[in-house]
Amino acid sequence: MNWQVIYPEIVLLVMACVIAIVDLFVSTRRITFWLTQATLASVGLLHLAALNAGQSLYGMQGMVVADPLGHLLVFFAALAVMVTLAYAQPYIAPRELQKGELYTLSLFVLLGVAVMVSANNFLVVYLGLELMSLSLYALTALRRDSAMATEAAMKYFVLGALASGFLLYGLSMMYGATGSLEIPKVFDEIGTGQANKQVLVFGLVFIVAGLGFKFGAAPFHMWVPDVYHGAPTAVTLLIAGAPKLAAFGIAIRLLVEGMLGLAADWQQMLMVLALASLFIGNLAAIAQTNLKRLLAYSAIAQVGFVVLGMTAGVISGSTSAGGIAYSSALFYMVTYVLTTLGSFGVIMLLARQGFESEEISDLAGLNQRSPWMAAVMALFMFSLAGIPPAIGFYAKLSILQAVVATNLAGYLWMAVIAVLLSLIGAFYYLRVVKVMYFDEPAADARRIYGERGVQALLAVNGAAVVLLGLLPGGLMEMCKSAIVRALAT
Amino acid sequence: MGLLSVAIWLPILVGCVLLALGRDEHAGIVRWIALAGAVASLLVTLPLITQFDVTSAAMQFQEKLPWIDRFKVFYHLGVDGIAVWFVPLTAFITVVVVISAWQVITERVNQYMGAFLILSGLMVGVFCALDGLLFYVFFEATLIPMYIIIGVWGGPLRVYAAFKFFLYTLLGSLLMLIALLYLYFKSGGSFAILDWHKLPLPLSTQSLLFFAFFAAFSVKVPMWPVHTWLPDAHVEAPTGGSVVLAAIMLKLGAYGFLRFSLPIAPDASREWAWFIIALSLIAVVYIGLVALVQQDMKKLVAYSSIAHMGFVTLGFFIFSELGVSGGIAQMISHGFISGAMFLCIGVLYDRMHSRQIADYGGVVNTMPKFTALALFFAMANCGLPGTSGFVGEWMVILGAVKASFWLAALAATTLVFGAAYTLWMIKRVYFGEVANEHVKALADLNARETLMLSLLAAAVLWMGVYPKPFTDVMHVSVTQLLQHVAQSKLN
Repeated sequence: MNWQVIYPEIVLLVMACVIAIVDLFVSTRRITFWLTQATLASVGLLHLAALNAGQSLYGMQGMVVADPLGHLLVFFAALAVMVTLAYAQPYIAPRELQKGELYTLSLFVLLGVAVMVSANNFLVVYLGLELMSLSLYALTALRRDSAMATEAAMKYFVLGALASGFLLYGLSMMYGATGSLEIPKVFDEIGTGQANKQVLVFGLVFIVAGLGFKFGAAPFHMWVPDVYHGAPTAVTLLIAGAPKLAAFGIAIRLLVEGMLGLAADWQQMLMVLALASLFIGNLAAIAQTNLKRLLAYSAIAQVGFVVLGMTAGVISGSTSAGGIAYSSALFYMVTYVLTTLGSFGVIMLLARQGFESEEISDLAGLNQRSPWMAAVMALFMFSLAGIPPAIGFYAKLSILQAVVATNLAGYLWMAVIAVLLSLIGAFYYLRVVKVMYFDEPAADARRIYGERGVQALLAVNGAAVVLLGLLPGGLMEMCKSAIVRALAT
Repeated sequence: MGLLSVAIWLPILVGCVLLALGRDEHAGIVRWIALAGAVASLLVTLPLITQFDVTSAAMQFQEKLPWIDRFKVFYHLGVDGIAVWFVPLTAFITVVVVISAWQVITERVNQYMGAFLILSGLMVGVFCALDGLLFYVFFEATLIPMYIIIGVWGGPLRVYAAFKFFLYTLLGSLLMLIALLYLYFKSGGSFAILDWHKLPLPLSTQSLLFFAFFAAFSVKVPMWPVHTWLPDAHVEAPTGGSVVLAAIMLKLGAYGFLRFSLPIAPDASREWAWFIIALSLIAVVYIGLVALVQQDMKKLVAYSSIAHMGFVTLGFFIFSELGVSGGIAQMISHGFISGAMFLCIGVLYDRMHSRQIADYGGVVNTMPKFTALALFFAMANCGLPGTSGFVGEWMVILGAVKASFWLAALAATTLVFGAAYTLWMIKRVYFGEVANEHVKALADLNARETLMLSLLAAAVLWMGVYPKPFTDVMHVSVTQLLQHVAQSKLN
């Protein structure tokens, strides 16, 4: 047993249980909150330290792997959960969401994420996935008296269970064809060319469909708008943050590390997913009046870009472009999560007792009510639209670069289609900016006071979006080296 | 920090400070800080002119730092004779804009001033960037402040105009982005514009690149038929927005032709020159006629801008030294004149809150000082000898005569149309009997307005009487550019 590999996860598990118990005895949730934050911070730091060490270690009889990719993803996921819980503080108190379960389940979400992205075995992937998903279903329904939230939770649960079923079915096909659940062995087995190709591709279809669900990529996106809309905003943010990183992680583990030999097949499937997501996400977002739904469709479109990046890794049998393509996708995912955190943070800041502030029109005249928050939100919108100097531009740039570098006519056209669709995307992001800057505030709109801590954190988040935009090199290198070293082993 | 970096980042820094200053209680301080920042930004650009070596076609004042290692992108700045004048021009126009907004803008003063200062720094960045990606970042980033300026302080249809402006320009730029990435790939992983100049490319690739760049720059210039965003944006933008848009932003597109299209795709440029020339002539003749029938003064000047920019692109694509130099001279001169024309309209609009020509008449009776200046700028707009407007137009027409007589004859109609629409507007607005009570009540220019218009008038006169400093600087660079374009890059 190589316990060292899973130290952070053990810490996380133990602390999640401790916090669940401590919460029963404390009168104020502040202690629970700070304990949770401290746990998340230490898990994040442990992974960051391991990332800097840069080793790839295997543990639990090769069931899990601790490599730079996993460390990077868990680090950012922990950061995302921390920021989510901090943003959520003023939001959850008046909504009877200030419960111990929120914190415990959030920790379990992170645990699920950590298990997924460190998996070296199909079953471990599934285990982590279910741990994360079940915690999220419960969190979505945390506000029991809200009909919308319970409906969203049901939808999320039913469709999510279906997706898990797909994934599991696909994995069992893989097992049938290769005789192993271990990712490296499956890779080797496919490499020998002995495995039955039909069974492999058949299983692959189900795996890609399952991943598509978890990514929220079209045509498996139906749950995204409803769940984003129906869940309490704090939980929406939890769904929109860490799990996206996890989905990326298992996509790399399963498709790249396990089934690179089938790349020609899954790249085609992902291409369809990417184009469909870009189309549906960008076009459907235009019609939205609800900001959360808008961001949900925006998420679909953004995931389309990530998936697009993943299709450019293997070109006519050569994997030399893989490092660039997958690290671009990783970079895109990280920056997307960073931006999403902020945009939902602003929504929660504007919400107050009995008022959700989730219609786009609720942002009217925000520039007059709170110039700082308007500026920060505008930055997030420009970043999502991919306008420099915000970080989102560099994310789109690196994906497009990877796609253009294939030098195949089909891919060049995909790049052109992707930029044209992101032009449509720019329209609805600009509309949010328009509402904040050009429209007059509603008569009963209040100026934004108080919640200084959250405002400061949002300002930091906004500054990160610009500063990383001015100097994106460091984060890009980090993503690249993580991917390269993960693929090297 | 080199000179160019200071010229870029000083206004941006001051702009950010202004944004942070908050609410309108501090408007007084904000205005003075903005003015100080704008003047300081202008002063730091002056050494560029005095220390510029006019005998060299090389990039000068270069700065090169690694920026994004992953893509081998460099923070690489430098100016040659083509770009160097636009740096002080941009800073100068920003000073004028700050003065013009002094009393006019009373709401969210800090954001208004901040947006213009940031915009100024970004536009200087476009002229100085020698790295393709850096250029693109500056080029695109200018959209954000301008979008806000039009949308927040604009007229009744400001939202429509702001969206149209943003999306139109973004569409063009995105296609250019693909072209930049393709060049990056073709050049074996370099974003350096100067490397791309040397890169041999087959004609089909050159043509594709040429049209991708054309998409970005023709929208920005704007050329017929993708000009329709400009009248809307101009009419709805606040005075300062119109001034910057006409004086500098349109030049970003024309400059792009010289920095990208011509040297990177010289064979395609020669192949497709007829196409650009045709579009330019349509802009000169047809848009000139369109300007004639406008009822709205701002729209009239907006169409006049399109016609004048048609002259610029025409000059570039006849591939003679006179043509290209004339085009650049026309760009600089148009920066002064169109800015002044919009300021004149702003002066009237602040008093009457109307831009309709029909609402005016006989302004000379109540505003003699103002009318004198306005008439001067109108004359410059028609290309009267002795004003800056003459220099560029004359050089382009001379260049065109060498290329083809009929080309020159068509181009020269601009002198007729330009005079017709400008002077007819002057006649209807300024001369004749006092039209109504409102005009009777007009007060003449105050000290601030006199200052800003005099600054521009001095510039127009200076360039008209003594254009040597302007043409000398560009001579060597233009000659070298034309030699480069004349050589085939096919492999």
